[in-house]
Amino acid sequence: MTQYDELTEFLLRLGDSALIQAQRLCEWTGRAPAIEEEMGMMNVGLDLVGQARNWYEYAAERINDGTDADVLAFRRDERAFRNLLLVEQPNGDFAVTMTKQFFYDAWQFHLLTILKDAKDERISAIATKSLKEVIYHLRRSSQWVERLGDGTDESHQRMEKAIDTVWRFTVELVEKNAAEVALAESGDIPSLAELPEQWLATVNEVFAKATLTVPDAPSTFYLSARTGMHTEHLGILLAEMQFLQRAYPDASW
Amino acid sequence: MRAGELITTDQQGRSGGEADIQQAYKVLEEVMDPEVPVVSVMDLGIVRDVSWVDGHLKVVVTPTYSGCPATEYIETSIRDALQEAGFAHPKVSQRLDPAWTTDWINEQGRNRLKAYGIAPPVGSSNKRSLLSGITQVECPHCGSKDTEQISEFGSTACKALYRCKSCLEPFDYFKCI
Repeated sequence: MTQYDELTEFLLRLGDSALIQAQRLCEWTGRAPAIEEEMGMMNVGLDLVGQARNWYEYAAERINDGTDADVLAFRRDERAFRNLLLVEQPNGDFAVTMTKQFFYDAWQFHLLTILKDAKDERISAIATKSLKEVIYHLRRSSQWVERLGDGTDESHQRMEKAIDTVWRFTVELVEKNAAEVALAESGDIPSLAELPEQWLATVNEVFAKATLTVPDAPSTFYLSARTGMHTEHLGILLAEMQFLQRAYPDASW
Repeated sequence: MRAGELITTDQQGRSGGEADIQQAYKVLEEVMDPEVPVVSVMDLGIVRDVSWVDGHLKVVVTPTYSGCPATEYIETSIRDALQEAGFAHPKVSQRLDPAWTTDWINEQGRNRLKAYGIAPPVGSSNKRSLLSGITQVECPHCGSKDTEQISEFGSTACKALYRCKSCLEPFDYFKCI
């Protein structure tokens, strides 16, 4: 039975967000400010690719039309992707990269903490596994936000600018969604009602240490990844990421 | 043709009794991690179950990290080693739950890591203090506790990079998860 339902959409949201964030991190290969940072970013990216694969494999089983994790990653078009708009934004400078990473890590941390108690054993297992990794991701990105925010005038200014650049996309991390409320009511996933407050509390805490200002709550954005309406950046990213499988379908090594 | 395909004696020769399972475990003691070739898959605690199913040996493993690129390699190594030891068509499958923890690395594994120059994980993975990240790591070279973290991530996802302030040598620390 094919189940392209709301739960599958939810799994794709998690998988797509992890994959696109990983792809952005990999763009730093060979250009990071220090070799330790390059290794750090690649390691986080690697964890996220693994997490994406776990979510995709579950989604593929539910879709059950012969699709698999590779097809979901490499053969879907932009409009089919459900990743957060935040993670598809260009890397910019190191401040933008770390700000995006921190917002995403804090979201993952609280979301996975909730999902590890899911009744669905598969969701619970993947969330529990991923959370162990995400604790390290969040620790690292929080430290960078603090170091840059509470660093030099230059690094502080760059952080303020980075926050201005990506803050509007965080609306997707804090807005309540009817489909997820319904999933929680039917018992497919635990309630995500407290996620926005938890996410904001972490941002407040780290920004306070970093001497950074938390902007006003972002207003609803005219694009939404839930309907496949992305910013112009995702298409360009996919063109690069999917090139090989598009040009040489089923190529393997 | 792979080594094991010549051997078709499982159905007649092996019953899947305790002796066969014990022999399989012995073989697994010799299958080394490709990234840290001094510790075996048994030392790491990634082998979760060895059993006899439908006339074949079945090994269940769990990945260390979601994206660990060595996972497939380890599964192949396990299959190859068992085939060479005479098990026909051993099956290796993956299990995510319960999630792997460094608490499962045995004493021998910890000693081997240390002798190899990698500081073994400190403490238990269940501590909430993981988020604060304050861990005192002992230098695997000189034993000094005066060490500092250089980077949260080292040469692989499972390690962080440290430096000893006594002997000044850098070293890898196997992170606690």
